[in-house]
Amino acid sequence: MNIAIASGKGGTGKTTIATSLAHALAQTQISTQFYDCDVEAPNAHIFLHPSLTQEEKVELLIPQVNEEKCTSCGKCASVCQYNAILILGKPLIFPELCHSCGACLLACPESAITEVPKQIGKLASGFTPDHIHFHHGLLDIGQPMAVPIISELKQKLSSQSDHINIIDAPPGTSCPVVETIRNTDFVILVSEPNPFGLHDLKLAHQLIQELNLPAGLIINKDEPGFSQLEEYCRDNHLDILMRIPFKKEYSHQISEGKLLDQLDPTLNTQFTTLIKTIKNKIHQSKDSA
Amino acid sequence: MKQLVILSGKGGTGKTSISASLIHLAAQNSKQLNPLFLDADVDAANLALLIDNTPIELHEFYGSKIAHIEQSSCIACGKCKTLCRFNAIDIKNNQFIIDPFACEGCQVCFDHCPTQAISMQENLAGHWYRSESKFGPFYHADLRPGQENSGKLISKIKSQAKQIGESNQHQLLIIDGPPGIGCPVISAISGASLALIVVEPSISGIHDMKRILETAHHFKIPAMVCINKADLNPERTAEIKAYCQSQELTVLAEIPFDPAITTAMKQNQPITQYQPNSKTSQAIQQLWLKLSNSLFQ
Repeated sequence: MNIAIASGKGGTGKTTIATSLAHALAQTQISTQFYDCDVEAPNAHIFLHPSLTQEEKVELLIPQVNEEKCTSCGKCASVCQYNAILILGKPLIFPELCHSCGACLLACPESAITEVPKQIGKLASGFTPDHIHFHHGLLDIGQPMAVPIISELKQKLSSQSDHINIIDAPPGTSCPVVETIRNTDFVILVSEPNPFGLHDLKLAHQLIQELNLPAGLIINKDEPGFSQLEEYCRDNHLDILMRIPFKKEYSHQISEGKLLDQLDPTLNTQFTTLIKTIKNKIHQSKDSA
Repeated sequence: MKQLVILSGKGGTGKTSISASLIHLAAQNSKQLNPLFLDADVDAANLALLIDNTPIELHEFYGSKIAHIEQSSCIACGKCKTLCRFNAIDIKNNQFIIDPFACEGCQVCFDHCPTQAISMQENLAGHWYRSESKFGPFYHADLRPGQENSGKLISKIKSQAKQIGESNQHQLLIIDGPPGIGCPVISAISGASLALIVVEPSISGIHDMKRILETAHHFKIPAMVCINKADLNPERTAEIKAYCQSQELTVLAEIPFDPAITTAMKQNQPITQYQPNSKTSQAIQQLWLKLSNSLFQ
């Protein structure tokens, strides 16, 4: 079962909730895997303390031109949709713009193009002290493309039916988020009760509806004084799964890498019940589909 | 024209709240600067919620074209699926169909389909706006959820803002940046005179601050640091200051944790406008003075 945690707005508590949920699950002997897909700013390892024993590179295939075979016909540049090839006498390749689609390779009439791997990031994995199988991706500094790393990371998802995969998404609502939440079974949205939280929740919820995924909301840093968030949930049939109150003490503990389920026993119980609720919702959505 | 970009690596550290206050102070205190500003967080754009504005221009933004398979011409040979490197071609009910969320518009399937069953269709990916506000001209955009090309959209509005800025003698462009370190951040930071990194005193905040500082360094953009919610964890605030000192980076300000920032947000105002004399607003005023000194002296 694949459960993603997403939010739209950054800093609402995605990672706090994802790691606390994984930790609470692992205490109940459920086999839990964790995937930190926020490859630009991954933080889950800070909370779960895995010992990262496995590491592998993520590479993109970048075209390389054999200048002896190349006749400078320009077909490679004309098929490239990303302006990654410029003909200056011979073709000049801009690796940062290349999406590795292979169009130039297929278009070259002289078979003068081969592909060479270029590292854009890496994956690392290992076990936490609570036996969570932990995985994360890391985009190299200066590299623009997060999606290929997320896509490689998701190849590692456990397909065993009794395993629960917790997938921590990046902020926003654009391509890295789509890649993260695609083909998951359920999305936990996290928002906070203020105008920014609501604005970005609406965008994330719209995306989830377009992808046709079942979802529910956790209101984090909950406090009175902003009823619009609940009104939105009521009017748009978004179930509120859980509320985590705002407490300055929580903020301090989280800033030190502590988990919510350890701070408060009632939250621990709520996280374990949450999984049962989610399982029911997944069954309901499959029955209605 | 100078460009100041506000970044953080980690999301939710207070980039937009601080950006809006700096925009307010720049407009209020430095008439000769004639500042203009831009929201570069195009997939979760919130700056417009803090700055009262009226859109003057609305433009459509088209992203990469998306492939579409015409079923009546498709012979189900599977060549498109074999060639597509983005897993964007699904088989449903024995029909080959495109997953528009996975398609990156490379046109390989379009170019190589033996029956020309594939067309490339225009894709309205979002809108961008030029707005007027009492703090100056404001450029912002909405990327439709699930779209690619946030970097391209940011480059688009930046080039528009720069064009107007340079022809109308604006001295400063303030850019509220996106979280992360990837494509949208690279678009937002390119050409900046100075990057202000907003960090919160937590282990995660420090981890991500280092990644965005490395990114700024990689692109040779000077960076300075501001610690937000500094009193939430004094030990981590001290750690940030020690790190910055070791790297010869300036810490410009320590802004206290202040629930009034959220109250001001609910009134659609920057904190410096809502409570100009509070301790928080004074800290941001000091931040602005130091920033303007760094930028213009």
